[in-house]
Amino acid sequence: MLKDLITPENANVFVGKLGDILEKAIDKPLGYAINWGRIWSLWPVHIETACCSVEFGAASSPRYDVERFGIIEAFGSLRQCDLIVVQGTITRKMAPRLRLVYDQMPEPKYVIAMGACAITGGLYFDSYNVLPGIDGVIPVDVYVPGCPPRPETLIQGCMLLQEKIKRMKARKIV
Amino acid sequence: MMSDDSEKPVADPKPDTKSSPPPKPDTKSSPPPKPDTKSSPPPKPASKKPEEKPIELPAFEKGISDKLVEKFGDKVEVGFVKKDRVRINISKENIHKVAEFVRDALNYDHVESVTGVDFPTDKEIEVVYHVGSYTDSSLARQILVLATRAPREENPIPGQDSTRLPSIRDVFYSAEFGEREVFEMLGVYFEGHPDNRRLLLPEDWADLPPLRKDFAIKGR
Amino acid sequence: MTAELPPGLALQKADERIMTLNVGPQHPGSGHMRIVVQIDGDYIVACDPDPGYVHRGEEKMAEYRNYITNIPHLERPVIHDSCNILYPYVLGAEEILGIEVPERAKYVRVIASELNRCIYTMYWLAIYGIFLGHSTMFMWPAGDRELLIDLMEKMTGARVTHAHFVPGGVRNDLPPNFEDTCLRQVNYFERRIKEYAAVFYDNPVLISRTRGTGVLSRQDAIRLGTTGSVLRASGIDYDLRVKEPYDVYDELDVHTNVMKEGDSYARSRVPWLDMMESCNIIRQALQKIPKSGSVRTKLKPNPKTKGPATVYKRVESGRGSLGCYIVSDGKPEPYRVKMSVGSFRNLIALPYLLKGEKLGNMPSVYWSLNYWPVEADR
Ligand code: SF4
Repeated sequence: MLKDLITPENANVFVGKLGDILEKAIDKPLGYAINWGRIWSLWPVHIETACCSVEFGAASSPRYDVERFGIIEAFGSLRQCDLIVVQGTITRKMAPRLRLVYDQMPEPKYVIAMGACAITGGLYFDSYNVLPGIDGVIPVDVYVPGCPPRPETLIQGCMLLQEKIKRMKARKIV
Repeated sequence: MMSDDSEKPVADPKPDTKSSPPPKPDTKSSPPPKPDTKSSPPPKPASKKPEEKPIELPAFEKGISDKLVEKFGDKVEVGFVKKDRVRINISKENIHKVAEFVRDALNYDHVESVTGVDFPTDKEIEVVYHVGSYTDSSLARQILVLATRAPREENPIPGQDSTRLPSIRDVFYSAEFGEREVFEMLGVYFEGHPDNRRLLLPEDWADLPPLRKDFAIKGR
Repeated sequence: MTAELPPGLALQKADERIMTLNVGPQHPGSGHMRIVVQIDGDYIVACDPDPGYVHRGEEKMAEYRNYITNIPHLERPVIHDSCNILYPYVLGAEEILGIEVPERAKYVRVIASELNRCIYTMYWLAIYGIFLGHSTMFMWPAGDRELLIDLMEKMTGARVTHAHFVPGGVRNDLPPNFEDTCLRQVNYFERRIKEYAAVFYDNPVLISRTRGTGVLSRQDAIRLGTTGSVLRASGIDYDLRVKEPYDVYDELDVHTNVMKEGDSYARSRVPWLDMMESCNIIRQALQKIPKSGSVRTKLKPNPKTKGPATVYKRVESGRGSLGCYIVSDGKPEPYRVKMSVGSFRNLIALPYLLKGEKLGNMPSVYWSLNYWPVEADR
């Protein structure tokens, strides 16, 4: 019966269908596994942009210790990083550099906008040299408000990002 | 290099120019920046009320200003003499000479800050040097304020218009970054400064120098 | 540009031997700034600091806000030293607005400013650890710093951005039982930082990386107009708390820590000695503080100034002398506010210190200048 259905002409259609079914069956657990791996080893880039970096530093201090949530302290090269925590104000001089850093990072990459300045310009809404938020420069995943956000808030932001990654598609299906 | 000079004694009267022994009347509460009532380059208070009983000026600070007045006569003008602060207004031709005198004879040795203040109504930009001393312990709490003024143009082309001042970087090296900052923030070009480059603003800044009063920030 | 700079300080044309490197702004060893260095092999031949990545136009914004509403944004350049950076501005505004400060408020200010100096220095020390690749040196100060942050939080209500000093005093009185808690925690803190000597300052790794590098002679320190711990590490006894005491520092016994060497090691050690001195000052202030009384002269929402005036006030902050020049034309807003900050003044020493150094010593020399880029850019 199957023999009748599959002719040399439509064989590749069947193979394609079979592939789809297989992918659907495998993708979910596989994607889950990949995402699970990603969320527990987020490497932030070492890029400080303004005063919020003080609280970012405090978040990796012994009392708050973001490392237990899988956010590794910011060391190392940006080629092995997958998270930018934009720590505050982005000035007009810094904006091209921020984009450059973002472009050089390998996919997948996530962005946390930390502090009122990175979200809307904050206190510096009317300054001549400050961008009104970084969404115009790079896409943002999680906003962490505060001026500066307490380390607990930053940790919560990171956990929100982890929630978000869990629900993301791990691989692009063509 | 500086401290070689500063080993000299504090009082160095230099009795060469005895032109104007009587020191200028130091009006104690003279407010220098009064951008609406002045037009002459040195900010002389318009309301020159003849104070009959002069308020007692601090003696040490008065000595400093007297020395300067004695040396330079009416080329310098005493802005105010307050506790620990002496302000001298100088025209831009003499700022270099005065700075040299202040360093060599009065033992001041570093510039703490260089500030530019824009006075659009006077068509002038004031540059203020706050000079202090580390080597002379009697001057440790003193700040000598040297103020000078440069002409201001409506449409500035920083570096090419007439808004120029002689640099005192070769006298006080510590003024280097301060003068660079004033150049980009107010467009005052410092002649003799070897490094009039941009310091803080973005490389592509093409607007007015931001600290001028006619540069309005957005929404205001 | 090149002709009149002292030989060797200006950037040269790069050739095959001399290579130009951009360090920063994304670099663990630069902070929020870029340092263009030229190296010949492993040795730095010229260096050109390029600050301004956090230039937010504070001074321009200050012209649009009145004396009270200027407070929050003027403390942002150094949020972990926010009391000290507001101090000269507040002193100047008091003179312009003509307000007297109650005696108790002066003591509260001294306590807050000394606590803040310790908080700043601990953070600086922690980052110095990162720059040297010394993890313990990051973890210990970053953890112990939280003790004092707790104190400040009790006192002001915020972790780092306090906005506690206002013209006329401080915002809030001390909370109940603050004196005892403060004394206990400061004593513990002092015992704790004394242990740092064994781990950091006698550590052969730290010594070999900082001793003898970036030597700033006494003459140069004066000529370049450096300030704060950089100056005191070069053997000049200059501390504004002693030389030009503001508020109640003249009633307290302040000792200045001076070291002769002028190298990175001395520059890293002087702030640590200053922290112990701060603990001393806090203890004295807690003893002498009037037990009750008001801490704030109330101001109207849009206070009137006394008329045109200029003031220049200085205080000693964690990074050295911090001046604020305020020009007032009688309006409720200042006509011009200029912050003369210690970081900006110390930056000028960087090209001098780096010339002839090894590239690997760059982070330790750079951070030993007690530099906070956000403050320098304002
Ligand atoms: S949000 Fe506040 S703390 Fe953060 S960078 Fe902006 S001003 Fe600084």
